[in-house]
Amino acid sequence: MDFNDTPEEAAFRAEARAFLSANAQPKAGSRPTLRQGGMDAAGVEQAKDWQAKKADAGMAGLTWPKKFGGREASPILQVIYNQEEEDFTVPRGLFEIGLGMCIPTMMAYAKPEQLDRYVQPALRGEEVWCQLFSEPAGGSDLAALRTRAEPDGDDWVINGQKIWTSGAHLSDFGIVVVRTDPNKPKHEGLTFFFLDMKSPGVEIRPIHQMSGARHFNEVFFTDVRIPDAQRLGGVGQGWKVSLTTLMNERLAVGETPRPDVDDLLALSRSVTLDGEPAIRDSAVRERIADLYARSQGLKFTRFRTMTALSRGDTPGPENSIAKLVNGTKLQDIASFGLDLIGSAGLVVDDDLTEAYGMFQSALLSSPSLRIAGGSDEILRNIIAERVLGLPPDIRADKGIPFNRVPTGTR
Amino acid sequence: MNFDFSDDLKQLRDQARRFLSEQCTPSVVRRSLDGQETFAAGLWKEMAEMGWIGAAIPEQYGGAGLGYEGLCVLAEEIGRAVAPVPFSSSAYLASEAILLAGTEAQKKSWLPQLADGSVIGCFALAEGTGNPDPRNVRVRMAGGRLTGSKWPVADGGIAHIAIVAARDEAGEIAFYLVDLANVPKRTLTTLDPSRDHARLDLDGVQAEKLGEAGGWASVQALLDRVAIMMAFEQVGGADASLQMARGYAMERFAFGRPIGSFQAIKHKLADMYVALELARSNAYYGAWALSAGSSDIPLAAAVARVSATEAFHLASKENIQTHGGVGFTWAVDCHLYYRRSKNLALALGGPPFWKNRLVDLLETKNAA
Repeated sequence: MDFNDTPEEAAFRAEARAFLSANAQPKAGSRPTLRQGGMDAAGVEQAKDWQAKKADAGMAGLTWPKKFGGREASPILQVIYNQEEEDFTVPRGLFEIGLGMCIPTMMAYAKPEQLDRYVQPALRGEEVWCQLFSEPAGGSDLAALRTRAEPDGDDWVINGQKIWTSGAHLSDFGIVVVRTDPNKPKHEGLTFFFLDMKSPGVEIRPIHQMSGARHFNEVFFTDVRIPDAQRLGGVGQGWKVSLTTLMNERLAVGETPRPDVDDLLALSRSVTLDGEPAIRDSAVRERIADLYARSQGLKFTRFRTMTALSRGDTPGPENSIAKLVNGTKLQDIASFGLDLIGSAGLVVDDDLTEAYGMFQSALLSSPSLRIAGGSDEILRNIIAERVLGLPPDIRADKGIPFNRVPTGTR
Repeated sequence: MNFDFSDDLKQLRDQARRFLSEQCTPSVVRRSLDGQETFAAGLWKEMAEMGWIGAAIPEQYGGAGLGYEGLCVLAEEIGRAVAPVPFSSSAYLASEAILLAGTEAQKKSWLPQLADGSVIGCFALAEGTGNPDPRNVRVRMAGGRLTGSKWPVADGGIAHIAIVAARDEAGEIAFYLVDLANVPKRTLTTLDPSRDHARLDLDGVQAEKLGEAGGWASVQALLDRVAIMMAFEQVGGADASLQMARGYAMERFAFGRPIGSFQAIKHKLADMYVALELARSNAYYGAWALSAGSSDIPLAAAVARVSATEAFHLASKENIQTHGGVGFTWAVDCHLYYRRSKNLALALGGPPFWKNRLVDLLETKNAA
């Protein structure tokens, strides 16, 4: 066992480091942002400039084919780039869905002339993409989506609603899965398209989250026309295409949400309990020990994933554990930290309680980590079925035409 | 990044798994559980012949020189098989104490016999109630003779030698090597009868100090190193419990379907898997720290110990739960893991001791 890079990895790490040092500000010593907000117009411009710089330096689309500006590199190089980027303050989040999920799906299904048109502008950050999957009636049960597409000449006409669409308000294009045949069973009546988000009839409404931020959107479709040429995969093959997209979900390697156990440790030394620093209290110590053991377990599980990537293996569904552990861990740390602070923990005021902002922010944002991108419950199902090989649940909607599947009132 | 065992060690692991699944079946474990034998002597002999007991003992002292990663790989398989052998007492505790503290002459004299299994060693620290603590060490060394009682001592009834933690006339704690041939032993009934436990009554028995150095720090250093090895046993036991629960959940039908198709069971098993993988990753780091001689051994040990104890406890109790009523019977093997889980959890000090130590180490680390 060792923690060393291979010569190729070390060379790339040095290259990435040099690029970042020359073009970005190191994070050293800076506090994490305390209160979450959306990305404003200036932020979007900064993000686009940064993406263009990355693309020019060959640091974008690392795993993509060379003809699309990539390096055809092993995914381990992407992990290494992400690790190095963690040490710098750079705009993040605007292109991850587009480059991580939308364009790879396009590469698998779009026509060559479409790839010539769309891939480069996406890679350079000139055009932003979003992914329109979830619906009010189809979250964990994604294939229960109801947005309809009906053929009309060379077009399809879309009516319905998507939800939880990250960055839809900033996007130029989107990929969308819709129902083209409600008389077929759930998975068989779906078809996949890409569309111009500026098409007439597309209406985007931001969702005000419980954390106060507005990151997600509802997207309404009213008689939106999509040319059949923008269909990805066959009619009725939408589920299969969706699985391609979901397989490209970003590897959760190197992410360390704050506050972490070190933050909790520092807090427990600065607040008192029964006249002593809280860290002297055995109940506090036990909680910290448990959380630290979980954090380290996660860190070294990532090292095992990186080892697999470094060897050219594809990490399997066992990766679900990182997301499953992280959400609850963050929620626990945030909640326990505030418990130690006492009633001042309630006060959100940068003059009085700035140091606690990280815990307060995480308290309100952590519930989304346990839901978005696969809820804790779905992740447990994935582990049980795809890692442990347990039989699938018996489905009440199996084989039934979609329009005859029972629905509730919510 | 190469955070995995080498292909050679994986091959060793596969061989060990195959061997134990054939030679250490539950019926072998039950011979010890039911009191028909104190330990599986035939199995012990074969393990010695394959070089397992001396895996981490350097070749110059008669060991196989496979290093600590080799020993850890074997520990996982021994834990998986709930093997009724004094492996942790002899191969981890006694051998490691001699390697850590012994003089060259003591190493030459004892390690080859420990490695070939002809001598079984044990480690005597506890003196009744309480977790590891220098204040609990009361056995005295005076004029070359030890006086006092040690209990429980794992494998104390079958071992030939004991490494005893005791105080000298100046009150200093050190390791003493005792020939157990003439020491009165009382076999203790425990929660896990598949492993021998005894009380040693040291009534002025002759003993030889291990090396020159002493102090509680050397006892803690030994516990740290062994905690990592034992974490692998716990990981093996947790994995076996999970696999047993999984097998039953696929075969057992209720309400017209396999119980493994119910989310209540799926989610339970998924949680067992998550705890197991976190524990495995922490144990891997411990194995790396041991083999690299890292200064991070103490913290790595505490972390590995805490998560492995939790993973085995969770997996062994939820394995019973998954089985339902039949899991509560003597005839079904669930309780072998449940018992072993508590045995290993208490063997080197329980979770409160290790959690407290973990935070002590974090405080020191952050202060530095």
